[in-house]
Amino acid sequence: MKTLKDTYPGENVKVVKINGTGAVKRRIMDMGITKGIEIFVRKVAPLGDPVEIKVRGYELSLRKADSELIAVEEI
Amino acid sequence: MSIKIALAGNPNSGKTTLFNAITGSNQFVGNWPGVTVEKKEGRLKWNKDIIITDLPGIYSLSPYTLEEVVSRNYILNNKPDVILNIIDGTNLERNLYLTTQLAELGIPVLIAVNMMDIVDKNGDEINIKQLSKNTGCEVVEISALKGAGIKEAADRAVEIAKENKKTIPAHSFSKEVERVLGEISNRIGDSVEDSQKRFYAVKLFERDEKIRDTAKDLPDVEKIIEDTEEKMDDDSESIITNERYNYISSIIGDCLKKKRNNSLSLSDKIDRIVTNRFLALPIFAVVMFVVYYISITTVGGIATDWANDGVFGDGWHLFGIGTSAYEEAYDNYETSEQIVSSHNEGLSQAKILDEDGNITDTIDITPESAKEAESIAEAGEPDPANYGVWVKGIPVIIESGLDAVHCADWLKSLILDGIVAGVGAVLGFVPQMFILFMFLAILESCGYMARIAFIMDRIFRKFGLSGKSFIPMLIGTGCGVPGIMASRTIENDRDRKMTIMTTTFIPCGAKLPIIALIAGALFNGAWWVAPSAYFVGIAAIICSGIILKKTKMFAGEPAPFVMELPSYHLPTVTNVLRSMWERGWSFIKKAGSIILLSTIFIWFTSNFGFVDGHIRMLDDLSSGILASIGNVISPIFAPLGWGDWKSSVAAITGLVAKENVVGTLGILFGFADVSENGTQIWGTLANSYTAAAAYSFLVFNLLCAPCFAAMGAIKREMNNTKWFFFAVGYQTIFAYVVSLCVYQIGSLFAGGSFGIGTVVAILLIVFFIYMLVRPYKEPSRLKDMPIKV
Repeated sequence: MKTLKDTYPGENVKVVKINGTGAVKRRIMDMGITKGIEIFVRKVAPLGDPVEIKVRGYELSLRKADSELIAVEEI
Repeated sequence: MSIKIALAGNPNSGKTTLFNAITGSNQFVGNWPGVTVEKKEGRLKWNKDIIITDLPGIYSLSPYTLEEVVSRNYILNNKPDVILNIIDGTNLERNLYLTTQLAELGIPVLIAVNMMDIVDKNGDEINIKQLSKNTGCEVVEISALKGAGIKEAADRAVEIAKENKKTIPAHSFSKEVERVLGEISNRIGDSVEDSQKRFYAVKLFERDEKIRDTAKDLPDVEKIIEDTEEKMDDDSESIITNERYNYISSIIGDCLKKKRNNSLSLSDKIDRIVTNRFLALPIFAVVMFVVYYISITTVGGIATDWANDGVFGDGWHLFGIGTSAYEEAYDNYETSEQIVSSHNEGLSQAKILDEDGNITDTIDITPESAKEAESIAEAGEPDPANYGVWVKGIPVIIESGLDAVHCADWLKSLILDGIVAGVGAVLGFVPQMFILFMFLAILESCGYMARIAFIMDRIFRKFGLSGKSFIPMLIGTGCGVPGIMASRTIENDRDRKMTIMTTTFIPCGAKLPIIALIAGALFNGAWWVAPSAYFVGIAAIICSGIILKKTKMFAGEPAPFVMELPSYHLPTVTNVLRSMWERGWSFIKKAGSIILLSTIFIWFTSNFGFVDGHIRMLDDLSSGILASIGNVISPIFAPLGWGDWKSSVAAITGLVAKENVVGTLGILFGFADVSENGTQIWGTLANSYTAAAAYSFLVFNLLCAPCFAAMGAIKREMNNTKWFFFAVGYQTIFAYVVSLCVYQIGSLFAGGSFGIGTVVAILLIVFFIYMLVRPYKEPSRLKDMPIKV
């Protein structure tokens, strides 16, 4: 399954499922990354991590370790 | 009867700006009980009966982050009369997510849509009526930055509170979830008030244990939850989150008409450059350099010198008028004196030394020049008061005042050498701190601070620190006090505590004389000593980060790093100044007390001693109480290679200010007035210490508990006695262990014998390595957080 970690800057993807449990999962979802939402991958930080995405009209930074929990599909 | 308004909203929604605007200067900044989350309270500017509490900026009311738990607890336990929910009009969708949770609490909610000026500018339209209908809350439009609509919003909130019109949430979830919530609601029965039933139903469904404990006789609904989870193939918490966002998605189209805009916004354009793959790090370096250069090296440095040597010293020249003329006259005087003394010794050449004892010039002596020098030297040291406009320093003024009333010597000494000198040493940092806080406020409010975390996160998170920890550490190379205070910008409680504990490991400006002393006395001024001190500091931070993040103290709190990158905007002058003032003032207030007491203690123990069974004031440090203490504790430092009482006393006086270590050693080795790097005692020191012992002394003084000013800052930032002692205790033990290893292993390499100390050192190193590499799992739940505030 493709995850957000496998995406590249400039890609548009759709969230299929959020894996994980507890605080990290809730936090990701609280920020608006929920099933079915579209994500635009904006860029990767200069040192390769974290990544910056655009979701629900705003910018969010996520560590790769956390973005691995987000299963996505190409649109 | 006073009315309580709670301000709630997402971070970066303009909450603080609104709070400042409606409370004016009537605010109290503190911390929430027991935790280091900032608590702000104030009274409405035009109606003092209205109390406004600024809740921490939060995205949700989940039980996972400290800020969210604090906010929840406050609302549930203190029951504000109305919640003023500020939402960012440019980011409606995510902001409304919190609104759906607030609306369920059974407390009247007024929505204030902020940043309307930007919404208008973008050409977007928000339909207030629809928004109100779809959320169940009244809605007003404001622009906190421009001051538009804020009075109306606050007044409306007060009216709603008076009417006590409970908000009935208008949002609904899918049929299946609503059915389950209805069933749970029925099961709850009369355990909670009707207006809070839905809230409790949702929380029970989410298995929120903390809420469960707040009411009695709540039913066990595990079976219902499990059935629903199976049916919907997700955990109950996520089901609710999904439902909330689904509802918002379904109404957002009615509430917000976005103008199609394909061109990049200014913020996007800035971000393209600032976090660009290749430019980000150079830009970051430049920004940091500017902050450091201005706040530590130039403006801040000048301000600190002025405060330390001027206001809390002899005095200063107003606007610097006369300073250069005086300095020239003083240099001339010094040179003349040296020529005279060389001439008297019968030399034909005079070596001119600077303050540090370095030769700066060699002058041939002629009879004429000797005569001229003699007359200048005889005229005596020039008085700065004769040049320009001289303002006397506070100690000078106080001294003349005390002399005028014929104050007893001991009291004079207590006031001048104890209190004024001690407190002055701390207050001397205040101007510099204000400059630094101004920069921090600008970096924060323009949005760059979040980018710093974005850029640096990768490096720092490995040691349990945040990308934002870079700033405290950088500032810490100048002075640990503002460095520790700069940790305020780190939201995550765990990262912040870790930063506070490790920042002072970096050698600050006051530790440089110690480095110079040891390097000069025992290592022939070897080039590697100073860099190695920084290396030791950085290594201490990294190792401590790795060790500490695995300990119990730092476990039990979650560490998800999901961070919003807010749009860039120009900071406003009032907000920057206010933030600068709040932080500066809180340091002065809180740090003042502990530093005052500590300096009085050190003053007393160093100046008083027992003579013939009576306690008396002494002229000689070596027979004071402090010296006795030094004698008692010196065996503790014997394994570190410097178990004589002089070094112990020097280390203790270093707690007042680290540069004191050099001065105290000077006094104890019989030189009343040593230069900054202690050249005069290099020889004596070289005879008393081995290289390993000296380096161990250096390492200990670099890493152990910092000066009182910095400890005051730690106390202030931790705002918790347990954490304060844990931090200072850890630093000191860490310093002890490292110094012990340095001395024992160093001695072994220098040809020493293999003894019990060596064994202990090796065991410690093994233990140290174990602590570094032992396996560890990130915790995911916020534990041990009491529900009662």
